[in-house]
Amino acid sequence: MFSRTGAIVTLTRRDVESIAHLARLEISEAELPVYVQSLSAILAFVEQLASAPTEGVEPMAHPLAGQVQRLREDQVTESDRHDRYQANAPAVEAGHYLVPRVIE
Amino acid sequence: MNPHHATVAEIGRALRARRYSSVEVTRWFLDRIAEAGKALNAFVTVTGERALADAARADATIAGGEGGPLTGVPLAHKDIFCTDGILTSCGSRMLANFVAPYDATVVTRLAAAGMVLLGKTNMDEFAMGSSNETSHFGPVRNPWDGTRVPGGSSGGSAAAVAARLAPVATGTDTGGSIRQPAALTGLTGFKPTYGRVSRFGMIAFASSLDQAGVLAQSAEDAALVLAAMAGFDARDSTSVDAPVPDYAAGLERPVKGLRIGIIREFFGEGLEAGTGAAVRAAIDGFRAMGATLVDVSLPQLPLSVPTYYVVAPAECSSNLSRYDGVRFGHRCRDPRDLLDLYRRTRGEGFGAEVKRRIMTGTYVLSAGYYDAYYLKAQKVRSLINEDFRRAFAAVDVLMGPTTPTPAFAIGAKTGDPITMYLNDIYTIGANLAGLPAVSVPCGLVEGLPVGLQIIGPHFSEERLLAAAHAWQCETDWHRRLPPLYA
Amino acid sequence: MAFEWQTVIGLEIHAQLATRSKIFSGSSTAYGAPANAQADLVDLGYPGVLPVLNREAVRMAVRFGLAIGATIARRSVFARKNYFYPDLPKGYQISQYERPIVEDGAVEIVLEDGAKRRIGVTRAHLEEDAGKSLHEGLGRMSGIDLNRAGTPLLEIVSEPDLRSAREAIAYMKKIHTLVRYLEICDGNMQEGSFRCDANVSVRHQGRHEFGTRCEIKNLNSFRFVERAINFEVERQIGVIEGGGSVVQETRLYDPDRHETRSMRSKEEANDYRYFPDPDLLPLALDDAFVESVRATLPELPDAKAARFAREHGLSAYDAGVLTAARELAAFYEEVAAGAGGESKLAANWVMGELSGFLNRDGIEIGDSPVSAASLAGLLRRIQDGTISGKIAKEVFEAMWSARLEADAIIDARGLRQITDPAAIERAVREVMAANPAQLADYRAGKDKLFGFFVGQVMKATGGKANPAQLNELLRRMLAG
Repeated sequence: MFSRTGAIVTLTRRDVESIAHLARLEISEAELPVYVQSLSAILAFVEQLASAPTEGVEPMAHPLAGQVQRLREDQVTESDRHDRYQANAPAVEAGHYLVPRVIE
Repeated sequence: MNPHHATVAEIGRALRARRYSSVEVTRWFLDRIAEAGKALNAFVTVTGERALADAARADATIAGGEGGPLTGVPLAHKDIFCTDGILTSCGSRMLANFVAPYDATVVTRLAAAGMVLLGKTNMDEFAMGSSNETSHFGPVRNPWDGTRVPGGSSGGSAAAVAARLAPVATGTDTGGSIRQPAALTGLTGFKPTYGRVSRFGMIAFASSLDQAGVLAQSAEDAALVLAAMAGFDARDSTSVDAPVPDYAAGLERPVKGLRIGIIREFFGEGLEAGTGAAVRAAIDGFRAMGATLVDVSLPQLPLSVPTYYVVAPAECSSNLSRYDGVRFGHRCRDPRDLLDLYRRTRGEGFGAEVKRRIMTGTYVLSAGYYDAYYLKAQKVRSLINEDFRRAFAAVDVLMGPTTPTPAFAIGAKTGDPITMYLNDIYTIGANLAGLPAVSVPCGLVEGLPVGLQIIGPHFSEERLLAAAHAWQCETDWHRRLPPLYA
Repeated sequence: MAFEWQTVIGLEIHAQLATRSKIFSGSSTAYGAPANAQADLVDLGYPGVLPVLNREAVRMAVRFGLAIGATIARRSVFARKNYFYPDLPKGYQISQYERPIVEDGAVEIVLEDGAKRRIGVTRAHLEEDAGKSLHEGLGRMSGIDLNRAGTPLLEIVSEPDLRSAREAIAYMKKIHTLVRYLEICDGNMQEGSFRCDANVSVRHQGRHEFGTRCEIKNLNSFRFVERAINFEVERQIGVIEGGGSVVQETRLYDPDRHETRSMRSKEEANDYRYFPDPDLLPLALDDAFVESVRATLPELPDAKAARFAREHGLSAYDAGVLTAARELAAFYEEVAAGAGGESKLAANWVMGELSGFLNRDGIEIGDSPVSAASLAGLLRRIQDGTISGKIAKEVFEAMWSARLEADAIIDARGLRQITDPAAIERAVREVMAANPAQLADYRAGKDKLFGFFVGQVMKATGGKANPAQLNELLRRMLAG
């Protein structure tokens, strides 16, 4: 997959195609090499983190330490606004959002 | 008084003194936007009718003896804030047809304070950029030099206020997107503490870093608008439930005795000479005002850019998954199947920088890489936070440059993403640690503005505003206008 | 050399929590609304919206954890599970990954033969439900309804402790009973509020490592779960014995063909890229919160069944049946209390006639036309000899359809038992006189004809002769 030689990280075309697929992004044949190069450069750039002294350090998920989740009262506060919300939807029928048929 | 040169505070006073009406001043700004707006490309949408309606309502309020310092004062919102019934594009083709069905909390609060909406400003697509060159609606130009960038991602807001097409504008700052454009356009750009201002209705880029703030002409203006924007919002779980001080009232606090930490790591290689000199001179200016200068080192701070470029893309790769052509926004034509719908909608709807960041983010979260990248970056984030904490045990505020150089030419840095990313080298740290920070104009280098950055501990907005205000009482950099827009 | 195969099953149950509003938004969770009428901006994943956590969903999860003796995490974290599917509006599901709210619990299951087994519950966590897709009637398109998106789910994951489809059903039923007792879920499988996925693998007896498992989805009835597991076990054994190896995959149960099928449309190895949701802060629960929830726990099914067995002298099995649902248990207790100490009689009637009629008419016990007090009234009439057990069945049927009390029907139809010895004697004499041949045969030794005489007297008395008295009298009089 990716190789590490010092601070050099090279992604292959396959890698980028696979990432693009996970992210559901269509990348053209012409664009692919550009992304391979720029993504490799970005990953090489962030390699610097590898040597940071993080033994025993907790990851920081939120900027304000000690903040905890607030709880909301169990009340219905919203009403039916689907007409408004669906007015601008790309494809709607019988109140449903349409997508190409999915076979399960 | 020429309203085009008036600050928010001055316009507010003039309106209450009935020197002119809100409708009149709003018309002046709308005319100015019509004249000069296109050249700068600062606006995506100008809301003329809405503005006049807001203004009329404000005039009625004022006539009834009601209202406050912001009643009837016009403003522009960065096109990242949802505005009910008004196009909210986020600078992207993906939302180029998106008329928001609700108002962001920031929008509601400033409207409740009586402000008048002139329009929505241009920005880097989905707030990803430092030059406003990634917008689907074309680049924004710097009013100080039309061949140069205004900075980003709040480039449109910066250009609008710098050219006085609006007296103030809102912005958002995830890695420097308020402060950096403020520095490049000679404005006071304020990013509050994380959680101080609600993110509800503010289109998300990187949730643990994004904060709303202002691009203003002065610390006083920033104080007035911030006070109206800030405060707890039950609809944002990360919103902090703490009272909002009267920021304007605290502005006169003297700088004498203020302990200022000069960040050693910010004055090394990469800082352009003229910029460095102007910033040092400004810091010396604080010493002349009675502050104490202390040299501080934040050794992990140089890792802020790589840390940011793991964390922010990771969060954005997830935040942008909702753009799939199903319920709103762009949708590709005649999708063959579901996969085609997703791939083409997103391939067409997003620009290159956004796609780059989504893919970077997808990679660093993926199986086998999560620990080495995302988890590691969040740990380095703790280290950076700890550096700040230690520094603030010894000093009241930190100072340094906002940007490594003044405004660069349009197209100069678009060739290599890393080069562009390094524009945020001084600003990112404050986002990682959730700290409030402001950039104030402190000089001109070859006719281009340079900014001084002041960073404070959590919830030290008052102190930062006071320091900025003190600086602006002693100097007039913040009153300089770009020659073409004087 | 013959190997003995061992089945290993783990169940993942998704229980929709019965909150009024959704887990992260203020939309209603009521079932059956028109498409997208209950999908607000947060549910739709609009740009700029943010989640805020429903207190009641948290309380319900804690109730469940306490009821299964689990550890309630004082700090748990919400994580994003990222994947693309049209019924998942944000392109990620907010769930819990590394730090769930409930961990390390267990339930006891009782099998039909009375054997008891302890089944571990690895964890239970909170997450949001996805929407629904409609695949018919829209031409080449599928339609997405997001009313269900954002409904709170409690995902309950068992240890792979189950060793047969029977055990799996018993466990599933136990959890089903428990969530209804706790009033955290209505358990309505047809409406999708209680769903089950089964992880099934096989291995040779005595082995410690687990075989490759397959996940079977789309199991929304106890019967389906049993059939699917049995099919899958056979399938896997067949694959291995045929020289192949089981492929780890997700399979769908097809209820029409009674088989499991590979879900080819699903992604090969989905990489969900879990990470803590930055829009939600860690959920911190203190002792006060946990204790306040503990104080609301009802008497749980196991404790109630043990008490029934003790107080009402019922078998463990009967106690189990009567405590399968809280309403049923309450109904039973009221009947038993009103039936003058006839606990066993009450048990038989509740499990027998009453349940039979409820099933026949497809109604819940809460809608029973015969109230507990009314049924108790009927049982008292059996107890005091007014009517026989057989007549009581006739009365019950009338009570059910006419909604009258027992006494009213007994009087109206003149169903009182005949207990006057003289009257019974008279009837016996008449029957004996009318059947001389049978009398002679009986006296000659054909004991079986006793039943004939019983039948004849009953016929003559319209079924109202007191059976015990009749038996005693007949024996004497037939003997001569």
